[in-house]
Amino acid sequence: MSGHSTYQPSNGFARWLDARLPVGRLVWDSFVDYPTPRNLNYWWTFGGILSLCLGVQIVTGIVLAMHYTPSAAAAFTSVEHIMRDVNYGWLLRYMHSNGGSMFFIAVYIHMLRGVYYGSYKAPREVLWILGCVIYGLMMATAFMGYVLPWGQMSFHGAVVITNLLGAFPVVGEAITTLLWGGFAVDEPTLKRFFSLHYLLPFMIAGVVILHVWALHVVGQNNPTGIEPRSKADTLPFTPYATVKDGFAMSLFLILFAVFIFYMPNALGHPDNYVRADPLVTPQHIVPEWYFLPFYAILRAVPDKLMGVLAMFGSIAVIFALPWLDTSKVKSMRYRPQAKLYFFIFLVVCVILGFCGAKLPDDQVIPGLTTIKVFDSDLNSFVWLSRFSTLYYFAYFLLVMPLLGLFEKPLPTPETISSPVLGGDKKD
Amino acid sequence: MLRKVTLLAAALFLVGGPALASSKAHAPREVAFSFEGPFGHFDAAQLQRGYKVYREVCSACHSMDLLAFRNLGDKGGPFFDPKYPNANDNPVVKALAAEAQINDIDGETGDAMKRPGIPADRFPAPFANAAAAKAGNNGIVPPDLSLIAKARAGGPEYVASLLQGYVAAPAGLTVPAGLNYNAWFPGDVSAGWTGDHGHVPPGGFIAMAQPLTAGQVSFDDGTKSTLRQQAEDVAAFLMWAAEPKMEERKQMGFSVLIFLILFSGLTYASYRRVWRNESH
Ligand code: HEC
Ligand code: HEM
Repeated sequence: MSGHSTYQPSNGFARWLDARLPVGRLVWDSFVDYPTPRNLNYWWTFGGILSLCLGVQIVTGIVLAMHYTPSAAAAFTSVEHIMRDVNYGWLLRYMHSNGGSMFFIAVYIHMLRGVYYGSYKAPREVLWILGCVIYGLMMATAFMGYVLPWGQMSFHGAVVITNLLGAFPVVGEAITTLLWGGFAVDEPTLKRFFSLHYLLPFMIAGVVILHVWALHVVGQNNPTGIEPRSKADTLPFTPYATVKDGFAMSLFLILFAVFIFYMPNALGHPDNYVRADPLVTPQHIVPEWYFLPFYAILRAVPDKLMGVLAMFGSIAVIFALPWLDTSKVKSMRYRPQAKLYFFIFLVVCVILGFCGAKLPDDQVIPGLTTIKVFDSDLNSFVWLSRFSTLYYFAYFLLVMPLLGLFEKPLPTPETISSPVLGGDKKD
Repeated sequence: MLRKVTLLAAALFLVGGPALASSKAHAPREVAFSFEGPFGHFDAAQLQRGYKVYREVCSACHSMDLLAFRNLGDKGGPFFDPKYPNANDNPVVKALAAEAQINDIDGETGDAMKRPGIPADRFPAPFANAAAAKAGNNGIVPPDLSLIAKARAGGPEYVASLLQGYVAAPAGLTVPAGLNYNAWFPGDVSAGWTGDHGHVPPGGFIAMAQPLTAGQVSFDDGTKSTLRQQAEDVAAFLMWAAEPKMEERKQMGFSVLIFLILFSGLTYASYRRVWRNESH
């Protein structure tokens, strides 16, 4: 995709700078002249939306940090000070706390888009892996951010999650001690989480730069999964993609605003408005919604270490996608069977999310007692999570490799522009 | 298809997010609070009555550490008066603060002393420390009420229902000494239940004795002091205390949404114009 540059410095200073540090040329080539496939749909606007989310988190976070106190004694009160006494502090905080959720909505759509259209396939493997690294860093950032207000859910969530790492043989205890800065979640834990919560977003920004760089080397995938062949297949980024991304961002901001202004606590947990108390454990510890599917996978496995491995494995497997999928055709548009398994996968992820929010032994269908299998009744969320976990892994480890070998895809178009330009195959 | 399924999935995720604990208490009773909905406002008269209930009843056991008397005169607060944009000058607020006795240190002698409050003072706590609070309340510290309306599922409706939830314990239920049966308090009463195990009564045992009864607080504005009235008024006051910027937030949200909708329309029009000659 990287043809030669068409940048024309428009004045004397631009010419002078271009000969010394061609940043103008870089921006021009990356965000103005950059050719984008002409058939991109709205699922392709989430990259821009994600950049916006990162920007919002960094700007609001930096201002919050000016008023926040990272200490076990004062953190909770300082967040309330932000909510009550800092000018527009409530706005900053609600933007930041709901911004985290918006970020995850966007990243999940962005990733599922990649799976559906086969965007991880050659030559985009590195691009995909960089995306997975960003997602991992986001999860670490959000987890540590949630600890900062030092409410009941912050504290006890941190206890549950950090304890998990203790399940690893030999190194487990050393890791938890290092994370805690002692022998329990306490003052030093909060201080290091704050420091890391400040650091990681800038590391994310760094990886985003690599991600965009890799993107601009290999070019964007598109709904057909066919690589652009000629100029007829593409349009310059500006104005075509910019205006479409702008429109999508604006719609996304409407959703964001509805949460900030009308339901700012809907995605949070009431217990986090109770000051952390190590001696009182909440009835039911749940992570933020975006971690629920992984929490369900963790609890589906009866053995602690195996559960932790399953949870980390469920994330690690996403990195290996480029090599697990054997299909020659990228886009599921032409893979009806793959589409079916993909939609089941989507539903399974939602079910796992539900299971993560419920108590494992609660009944899925209230009032129905079936047979007890192993440790629980079959009609329980723990069994539902087990079946779902099985499908989750089978989708990546069995369906993906086998389907590519055995399915019969539909015929794919010659070029991108042949289906969009009314299939005018002249030659 | 992809579009619909994904939107549905996203919607389910959002709804399914925060988990509800598996409490067997009654669901809170619906109350039509004035501050609900996108254009909701706090009703100043109701907040004033609610404050009175807190002052005369609840403050005997519950602290409200995050509130200062000046907050009562802030914009949107119970005693806001546009004549006094700085609540510290508001005579009503000054008088309310002065009713309280605040612990302080005598600057000359260094001895502990009490002095009348000023608007900048925080609401005084009823107990000197957690041990004293426990000793006076059957071993349980009454929770601070500053954020209670956001710290419980059901919010202000839960608080209002809880205060009216002291129904007579059903026959067959033994209430432990020092505790009280409340059908809206999340908990588990099966330990004291001798009846059918499939029909354990709803609710739980709470260490707070019924704090409000009909006619307990007399309202200066002539409102009839029923139990329900007092419970709803104090719940509204506690919602304001937990989220004093709610009114400002909803108002700003309206302007922001109008702006974003217009802006989206404009970008959509530009999008159509830019792409008008391009098939895609
Ligand atoms: C005699 C002391 C006392 C008075 C007066 C009192 N409370 Fe309580 N309150 C308590 C105690 C003790 C608890 C803790 C109950 C428990 O956890 O079992 C409590 C708990 C509560 C709770 C939390 C229930 C929960 O879900 O955990 C609320 C809300 C509450 N009180 C509101 C009020 C209001 C409003 C008033 C005034 C109308 C009031 N209380 C008056 C002692 C009191
Ligand atoms: C990847 C970007 C980021 C994500 C996903 C993120 C996420 C979060 C989350 C989920 C919370 C808890 C919110 C709550 O419940 O109150 C939080 C709190 C916080 N974050 Fe971030 N954050 C990000 C970037 C930043 C940055 C760059 C800073 C700058 C220092 C920052 C500073 C803070 C502070 C001070 C708090 C505590 C205040 C509060 O709880 O509202 N964050 N963050």
